[in-house]
Amino acid sequence: MAALHTVNKSPFERNSLESCLRLAAKGSSVLLFEDGVIGAMKNTKHSDAVANAMSDVSFYVLGPDIKARGLNDSNVIDGITVIDYDGFVDLTTEHHTVQSWL
Amino acid sequence: MSEEGIVKKFCYMNRKAPYGTIYALESLEVVLIAAAFDQDISLVFADDGVYQLTKNQDTNGIGMKNFSKTYSALGDYDIKKIYVEKESLDERGLTADDLQALVYEDEDDDWAEKNSLFVVDRAELSSIIDSQDIVLSF
Repeated sequence: MAALHTVNKSPFERNSLESCLRLAAKGSSVLLFEDGVIGAMKNTKHSDAVANAMSDVSFYVLGPDIKARGLNDSNVIDGITVIDYDGFVDLTTEHHTVQSWL
Repeated sequence: MSEEGIVKKFCYMNRKAPYGTIYALESLEVVLIAAAFDQDISLVFADDGVYQLTKNQDTNGIGMKNFSKTYSALGDYDIKKIYVEKESLDERGLTADDLQALVYEDEDDDWAEKNSLFVVDRAELSSIIDSQDIVLSF
């Protein structure tokens, strides 16, 4: 079983996402939530880094946090799966561990 | 000498996205309180602070209060200088169209509704900040 990495900080404010992408093992999953959802959006300064990492890790983003910030699911980078809280729970059970990048 | 009647230029600098931290809501609360003191107030939204002003925020799914509608009340508190840094929008793939409209009613012009939100570039913003007496960071 692979690891689930969670990132809840904006890539514009912290380097949590950058460090996560640098160190997450191939085959693991990355969930973006809270301010971390900003990292899942298209056309930002950080979009390319996320798109490039997609060949090694699977990306998920928490839909309710996207809507809260006035952002739209349709602007999520192609290939990232939008999930809800039930999906979050499923992810934690499907991975052997959860690593939080604060 | 009395200091009564002295008006200073206060700037509230907002650089955080809403909901992930308490900064955005706290700033808004402080601004609304400070508005009672008849000072010259400007609000600045830069970096992730631009996300505070997005329209269509819907917090039902995260169980938090949606305070974005409160920004439209700022005009009633005579706050009519709200600046958004253009470069911050650009870096985030956002445009002015993604932000809510903010207006105030001009008492010197038969209460005509006027725009209070201005997208300014980095150089303009720099000089706006430089002209302030006090800058409060959130």
